Amino acid sequence: MAALVELRDVVKHFPVTRSLGEILSGARPAVRALDGVSFDIGAGDAIAIVGESGCGKTTLGRLMLKLTEPTTGAIAFAGAALADLAGDRLRDFRRQAQLVFQNPFDALNPRFTIYRAVAEPLLNAGIDKGEHADRVAMAFRRVHLADVDRYLDRYPHQLSGGQLQRVVLARALVLAPRFLVADEPVSMLDVSVRAGILALMREVRDAMGLTAVYISHDLALVRYLCERTLVMYLGRIVEDGPTDAIVRRPRHPYTQALVAAVPVPDADQPRAPLPIKGNVPDARELPSGCHFRDRCPHAMARCAQETPPLRPIADGHRVACHLEGAFTP
Amino acid sequence: MVEKAEPVPAVRASGSLAPALWRVATMPLRDPFAFAGLLIYALFVLVALFADQLAPTDPLEILFTKAGKLAANVPPSADFPLGTTNLGRDIYGQLVHGTRSALAVGLSAAIIVATVGTVVGLVAGYFGGKTDALLMRIADMALSLPFLPFVIVLTGFLGASTTNIVLAVALLLWPNSARVIRSQVLTLRERAYVEAARVTGASRWRVLFVHIAPNIMPLSFVYAAIAIGWAIITEASVSFLGFGDSTSVSWGSMLQDAFSSQALSRGQYAWFVPPGLCIILVVVAGFFISRGYEEVFMPRLRGR
Amino acid sequence: MILEVNDLQVHYRTKDGVARVVDGASFAVPEGRIVGLVGESGCGKTTAVRAIMGVLADNGARAGGRITFKGQALDAATTKPLLWREIAYVPQSAMNSLDPVYTVGEQIVEVLTRRGSAPRAAAQARASELFDMVGLHARRLGDYPHQFSGGMRQRAAIAMALALEPSLLLADEPVTALDVIVQRQILDMLRELQQRLRLSMVLVTHDISVVAYLCNEVVVMYAGQVVESGPVRDVLARPRHPYTMGLRNAFPDLMSDALALVPIEGSPPDPREALSGCRFAPRCPFAQAACTAAPAQISGIIDTHHRSACRRDSEADALRQAALDPSTWQRSSNFAMS
Repeated sequence: MAALVELRDVVKHFPVTRSLGEILSGARPAVRALDGVSFDIGAGDAIAIVGESGCGKTTLGRLMLKLTEPTTGAIAFAGAALADLAGDRLRDFRRQAQLVFQNPFDALNPRFTIYRAVAEPLLNAGIDKGEHADRVAMAFRRVHLADVDRYLDRYPHQLSGGQLQRVVLARALVLAPRFLVADEPVSMLDVSVRAGILALMREVRDAMGLTAVYISHDLALVRYLCERTLVMYLGRIVEDGPTDAIVRRPRHPYTQALVAAVPVPDADQPRAPLPIKGNVPDARELPSGCHFRDRCPHAMARCAQETPPLRPIADGHRVACHLEGAFTP
Repeated sequence: MVEKAEPVPAVRASGSLAPALWRVATMPLRDPFAFAGLLIYALFVLVALFADQLAPTDPLEILFTKAGKLAANVPPSADFPLGTTNLGRDIYGQLVHGTRSALAVGLSAAIIVATVGTVVGLVAGYFGGKTDALLMRIADMALSLPFLPFVIVLTGFLGASTTNIVLAVALLLWPNSARVIRSQVLTLRERAYVEAARVTGASRWRVLFVHIAPNIMPLSFVYAAIAIGWAIITEASVSFLGFGDSTSVSWGSMLQDAFSSQALSRGQYAWFVPPGLCIILVVVAGFFISRGYEEVFMPRLRGR
Repeated sequence: MILEVNDLQVHYRTKDGVARVVDGASFAVPEGRIVGLVGESGCGKTTAVRAIMGVLADNGARAGGRITFKGQALDAATTKPLLWREIAYVPQSAMNSLDPVYTVGEQIVEVLTRRGSAPRAAAQARASELFDMVGLHARRLGDYPHQFSGGMRQRAAIAMALALEPSLLLADEPVTALDVIVQRQILDMLRELQQRLRLSMVLVTHDISVVAYLCNEVVVMYAGQVVESGPVRDVLARPRHPYTMGLRNAFPDLMSDALALVPIEGSPPDPREALSGCRFAPRCPFAQAACTAAPAQISGIIDTHHRSACRRDSEADALRQAALDPSTWQRSSNFAMS
């Protein structure tokens, strides 16, 4: 299937405040949030981007929605380079690509009624006002907020977290987009509500044939949503493959640690000890070669000298490790 | 999870700019201090409007006694409730008419300061980059000017009119509000709902004026109320120092006249105490109102 | 039992009446064990712990019940001297409550000298020892909180709580908002400390996988009451209260083959409303007429047997089977309403 979203060698640096010495020496230190990321998302696919805070997953999501621009590299949506979009073409892109936020309590303007919030995309897209009410009602039905009239005149603070996240999803769906990015859509919600939102996201995706990206730090959650998972560590993709294979037989040492650390609600399940130690290093002082090497139990001299490329090891499964999973137990 | 037994106060956070303005405008009704401040303003506005009826004599007219002598330094009496000046002018008339210039100076300065400060703060904060750097450096320059000397020099150059004093005050005061509003915009810009508006295709101006501006309106009002006080004090100071507009009567020029004619040594308190009190009242009223807006803006201050 | 909580009531005064946030909760903490206090937000778990510490918000107060620590009844007067020395508390988001203008080391030394009246030199030595204990390098004592990552700040907060060698540690959501690997590291550290120092612990969390990983006993709270309690293995493997069954279903399990997550419909009751009978009944797929009439709660029991407050407890095995079927929990399409 043709790719809907394509990323090629995407690099994103954030400048940091320079010290006097750095200003004088002309140095421009930067946080390397993304360090050469390339992948495609096929139309209709759902992929997960998994990693710890600071790995660049949120930046990646914002780049794919043209909320920020890459330092170098290219991103294309439906064959068109995002960098070139402006005016009507940008507006058209905005109709097709939408975002679901992590914190539903902050994602809606507190001064807007629910109706106004959900109708705003229609207004911005220049859709005739006469159609707004119907389309808003349709979006509400999609997210199972029945009894629409009960919500329309309310304000965000009058709704619960679960209801708000449904409203946020309704706003994202009201323009019937093709592409949806969800950044930790359930991490701020109560456990009993999470399941409902996750099920809803899956249902909506199937019903509307969406191409979707879910960003999360929790492998257990993305497993319910995505067939394919990208694992990121400090600005690079370290593993990319079918979610099931990644969960059951992780190849990269970092993925193995992530899988080992995933919380399991079962006291009888034996838990493997965490295979890695230490903390994620400061993104301003990244290790040479493989970014993971100073925490990796299998690190070799070569890891410091050469950056391991993302190489295919099986059909649709790529790993960025010199050992290519050869050590896997 | 922190349990909050207390429900979120059901502030009916209203729509965008117009309702926000309304909420901001009706704030004094909810805060006793702000209400007192507003009452004082209302009183002075009435005095200014009906100055001609309250004090029919021209404040600059030189009065003579029936005997044809200059009515100088007449003590308070039925004819002259506060007495007369050393040049035979009615002090009560000056006080009443001085209200007009005080309010004109205060309100026009407030409007300019709030408007310029808000627009500059919004634009600098939202667009950032070079626009921001340029506007903020201009603000820094304005902030580094010594206040009173600058006003005096400017009025010296452009002429000692009330308009020029207002202009000078506005030039000096807008940076304060612009900087605070800018930093507030920087925070608001990062809020998810502002980003959400961008994702749904809202134009930059829509994001700025529909999603961000309503949230900084109370701050604009804080600075407007503060500017009223500063402008009146400045006008009074400039007039007191003798650089004011000699063709109009203001509380400051009254103080200056009283001072230069040594009213204090003559014990002519009725000449300089009332204008002094009026200045204090108007300025304090302005701060009361600004205090109310600060609490609207920062609910954490409530009940402290 | 190092701590016994008996029929605890905590009320908050609000504009709209009294909120009974904790309404007759009873549970016990055996010496040297880790007890998990779980439930949705608003169930009263944080309030219960704050009541034990005597640090309720201004509009809240204990309105009944007994709290006993090592056989001694706790009230405002008797709790104070025990804080830090006997009972320590790591509040929710403790990692964000470190003072940004002092170094982390200074803040720990402060606790040791002010609360523990230790001489300064001894306090400094003890601070490095504490840092070492929680897996932080002693040279980082001189760092300011912003120089620490979230996980490191949480370690420092725990070190501070353990400064005066308490025997009971109350930790509120110690790993929430941390990344999974850091979560696991903190949990491993807590377990290691608990064993080494023979600590008793209460762990407040909404995450049953944290309970599964770390705790020995679990107390499930709902709407201010305890609905189920007992050894973790029993409660999680064979839950007897429908609420616990629901919570268990709502949790994703990485290794399980069942790819269905089932939400519990509806939301917890408003604590300001007067309620009778089982509070979970309105959301419970197994509720019967009698459930809303007669009260159902675990009270006054001070042991660690597996107990459930459900009126249909005798049918627990059958209900558990039924609860595994997602359709049991779907009553109507408008479940997001409340």
